Amino acid sequence: MSGIILPGADGMLFQRDRDWHPPADTPGYKSTTFRAPRHSLLALGPTRSEMTGPTFGHEKLGPLDNDLIRNFSQDGTDAIGQRMIVYGQVLDENARPVPNTLVEYWQANAGGRYRHKKEGYLAALDPNFGGFGRSITDENGFYHFRTIKPGAYPWPNNGNDWRPAHIHFSVFGHAFAQRLITQMYFEGDPMIWQCPIVSTIPDKAAIDQLIARLDRLNTTPMDALCYRFDIVLRGRRSTMFENKLEGN
Amino acid sequence: MLHPTPTLKETPSQTAGPYVHIGMTPNFCGITGVIQADLGKTMINGAVQGERIDVVIRVFDGAGVPLADGVVEIWQADAGGNFAVATAPGSNAVPAFTGWGRQALSEAGEAVFETIKPGPVPGPDGKPMAPHIALWIVARGINIGLQTRLYFEDEAEANATDFVLNKIMDKRRRETLIARRDGSTYRLDIHLQGDKETVFFDM
Repeated sequence: MSGIILPGADGMLFQRDRDWHPPADTPGYKSTTFRAPRHSLLALGPTRSEMTGPTFGHEKLGPLDNDLIRNFSQDGTDAIGQRMIVYGQVLDENARPVPNTLVEYWQANAGGRYRHKKEGYLAALDPNFGGFGRSITDENGFYHFRTIKPGAYPWPNNGNDWRPAHIHFSVFGHAFAQRLITQMYFEGDPMIWQCPIVSTIPDKAAIDQLIARLDRLNTTPMDALCYRFDIVLRGRRSTMFENKLEGN
Repeated sequence: MLHPTPTLKETPSQTAGPYVHIGMTPNFCGITGVIQADLGKTMINGAVQGERIDVVIRVFDGAGVPLADGVVEIWQADAGGNFAVATAPGSNAVPAFTGWGRQALSEAGEAVFETIKPGPVPGPDGKPMAPHIALWIVARGINIGLQTRLYFEDEAEANATDFVLNKIMDKRRRETLIARRDGSTYRLDIHLQGDKETVFFDM
């Protein structure tokens, strides 16, 4: 962040369209019952505290950080499952790429089981799969990683609910108010449309934005499928800086 | 182009799920060997000016149960009221004070940040805002990350004129953002629901 924000330069991010996001209280997803605030959110134009945000140098990343097939391997062999590459572009609402930003992802293994002590699903643990990775987007906002396709799994929400195959994403952007956590689903998966967590999103077009497309042309022969998942962060109004009065 | 037309919709949020610790604090939940240290665990990397403090955040749901499965992130200015400057891509520079912290909530729903007390930051009206820390909370059952702030009880004078605190019409609810001082430790309890529900922001 350079320069001084001039007085009155309030509201420098596009307002969040909360009808596009899931509301806080969604009874079909029972965990929200005691965790949804009841009061209205306080409207607050972002100040410098929210317009700035942390950055992460590439030095934080190791060579296998974006390789979930190998980054937790205990015996040097690959994780079990359908091999795939996931890639995409991080953009803002103005369709401008968001470069040099941290993207983190985590997922269940091919059987649908997480490496977590509280995990209750019977599927086997894969000793060579940790289920976590991260990337920093390149100068055009692109990230990519290698993994195995996660399995669907049951959860006790309504006794016999199942989650579709999915990967969790955490994305930073360049402002703390752009912070976003979401999930990626897979094109053609019938499980998407019966999931109470997916259904927290009221608009079908919004759900469609979370479905990664099979990218057949970038599929690696005899190796890995390829899926594309673009992520859109909040747009930034052009900001007036004292040292950059023409905007940015 | 001061007011360009948006052409894309923001990607919809989804819950971080019960296993957000796997993705954001893997070492904390026993997934070791992938990354050296969990990001945001340490905020001070060298000699920094300012008062060293611990910030203890506890998070409770509407039934008063601690959130054992969440993550809290904070973002704040340094003692001079400045935010950490971006390091260039490929740079090995790590600021002495990062301004950013991330901690997993423990079984007791508690997260501890070792940091420094922030200085005042200019507000949108040109006047300084009272010293504060921005907070972001995610967990199972939180469909979109909750944003709020922590203010300091020993900054009563600055708090009284703070632009954000004064937007909270019910003065009793302003108290939900004020951390209590206990030596060099500041404590703030976050309540997602109920009589003591914290004020959360749409920004």
